[in-house]
Amino acid sequence: MELNNAKTMAEYASAGEKPEVLFWVGCAGSFDDRAKKVTRSFVRLLNRAGVQFAVLGTEESCTGDPAKRAGNEFLFQMQAMMNIEVLNGYDVQKVVTACPHCFNTLKNEYPQLGGKYTVLHHTQFLRTLLNDGRLKVEGGEYKGKRITFHDPCYLGRANDEYEAPRALLSELESNISEMKSCKEKGLCCGAGGAQMFKEPEKGNKDVNVERTEQALETNPEIIAVGCPFCNTMITDGIKAKEKEASVKVYDVSELLDNTFKQ
Amino acid sequence: MEWIDNVIFTVILALASFLFAKNANKIRRNIFLGKEINRSDRKGERWALMAKVALGQSKMVVRPVAGFFHILIYVGFVLINIEVLEILIDGIFGTHRVFSSFLGGIYTLAINFFEILAVGVILACLVFLARRVLVKIKRFHSPEMKGWASSDAKNILYIELALMYALLLMNAVESNFDSETVGPFLISGLIAPLFNGLEQSSLHILERTFWWLHILGILAFLNYLPFSKHFHIFLSFPNVWYANLDQKGRFSNMESVTEEVKKMMDPNADPYAAPDPNAPPPERFGAKDVMDLNWVQLMNAYSCTECGRCTSECPANQTGKKLSPRKIMMDTRDRLDEVGKVIDKKGSFIDDGRSLLDDFISREELWACTTCNACVQACPIGIDPLSIIIEMRRYLVMEESAAPQELNLMMANVENNAAPWQFAQADRLNWLEEA
Repeated sequence: MELNNAKTMAEYASAGEKPEVLFWVGCAGSFDDRAKKVTRSFVRLLNRAGVQFAVLGTEESCTGDPAKRAGNEFLFQMQAMMNIEVLNGYDVQKVVTACPHCFNTLKNEYPQLGGKYTVLHHTQFLRTLLNDGRLKVEGGEYKGKRITFHDPCYLGRANDEYEAPRALLSELESNISEMKSCKEKGLCCGAGGAQMFKEPEKGNKDVNVERTEQALETNPEIIAVGCPFCNTMITDGIKAKEKEASVKVYDVSELLDNTFKQ
Repeated sequence: MEWIDNVIFTVILALASFLFAKNANKIRRNIFLGKEINRSDRKGERWALMAKVALGQSKMVVRPVAGFFHILIYVGFVLINIEVLEILIDGIFGTHRVFSSFLGGIYTLAINFFEILAVGVILACLVFLARRVLVKIKRFHSPEMKGWASSDAKNILYIELALMYALLLMNAVESNFDSETVGPFLISGLIAPLFNGLEQSSLHILERTFWWLHILGILAFLNYLPFSKHFHIFLSFPNVWYANLDQKGRFSNMESVTEEVKKMMDPNADPYAAPDPNAPPPERFGAKDVMDLNWVQLMNAYSCTECGRCTSECPANQTGKKLSPRKIMMDTRDRLDEVGKVIDKKGSFIDDGRSLLDDFISREELWACTTCNACVQACPIGIDPLSIIIEMRRYLVMEESAAPQELNLMMANVENNAAPWQFAQADRLNWLEEA
């Protein structure tokens, strides 16, 4: 089984086939070196579970999320309509993505512009694979490890999904300890609302450092995340607190994928 | 001349009601300066939400201490108003405890229940005052809470305390009446001995004094509300009813932009088409001033009671940035009041050279928001400060092209390379080969 393989939507279409699901990789997942590792982990899990999935490859483009949050509705809608033409052209029904920003935009903001799909965050999709018995994981190296989960705003408060990532973590038989502010009260990593792409306004602290300190209060060995931007921000926070040696930051899908490494 | 009291009372009541109606109506007018938005859909869900969040106080108890004492005041306020109804009838018709004549024993039970509620209200007001004055809870001392905001908060508590004291003292005096028939009173009975030994005539004068103090206090308080954050008591229920029911992550779709973009993407569109000469001038994109917001956003501003839960949950505020979602709401209200005053003076709004943007809310505040929805989640009555921030960003970006430089770079990248960074779209699948 070739675990690192992924076919494009165009390849499926030329073979006259349709995949079960489209994996929307997103800009971070395509270009950010750290996020690319998450992309590959998720792809390995999909292949392990025997999911017939496709990616758009060079036909994918930014969902328009950062433009919309920054207030540029024109640019957002231009991006959205171009993407919707591509997605509808392939008659896409179901989309999964490892980025909560893409997830939110595709799920909530595309329907009004004519793009109606079932959209899942990768933690939701992975939970289904586990529940259906298509994917089996054993705790292995994470058994008993202290893990805390940082809720992405655009998965949690924005879309009320708090359980899917936690369900995956509990499969690892790890020791999940929650931060003081978690779930509905989870503190942002500081990257949302297009903050990822600019310097923060003047203050007395960076948001990511504040959040990282909250995470460190749980004395974790691993901080689990579900968003490429949170990943960057918390990783930077760990560096700022000089804890790189003792605390690792992983996407939930990476933890699952790592259990298969021998 | 017995009736003279009733006439005076009726005149005062009429004047107080008229004045209140006039000022409340101004608030109503101000709210409807906002743009139309349809929030009358999904009525079943709205009633259910109001029952849970407003009536049931479900979001108040997220913070148990404040939640518990708020419920004491809220229940006390709503139920003691039944007694106020009696006071109004007594005042107009010169009766005394009109409900007692046909309620009998139930009446004594009810008054005792109200007295217990009054003690609850007093306790809660004292705790809230202590939280503001002694304990120095951080969110009550933010920069936007200086001056009027702080004294308004304390005034409300002082007035509520005074009203409850008047009610209990009135009952306590009456307990000493020879003719007393409706007692015994549980709480006021305890303070009744204070007035032991007074002449019956003095007792009657004293009882009347507390009766008048109580009702005049209520009428004065009523007329204080339109100038106070405490207008909250009228608007919090409708505010919850009209709240946004969508997923919090869904930001509003701008229909006017959709039309433009569709034209731009239509290969058959006539590039030389002249605009319809009868078409109204295009609306401003986003919000520069309060009239650019919708009426629900404006109602939000009048419903806000400045508790500051939003601000204390805000990641930007927690890390020392200027942004405070509560200030966004307070500024919206202050500007709207200012616009209202221009209308009062000149009959309609004439540009006063000021606007919500810059004169009240700075750009620095707007750009500090992470759109994380913590403020929206925290609000116990469904206020949405984030939607105002986004409308103002829309104005800055689409009308003034005034985004921070780094965001302009990001947007140029999205436009040119279909990604927020400077990578080529052709490289989107490189992660696969690197595997």
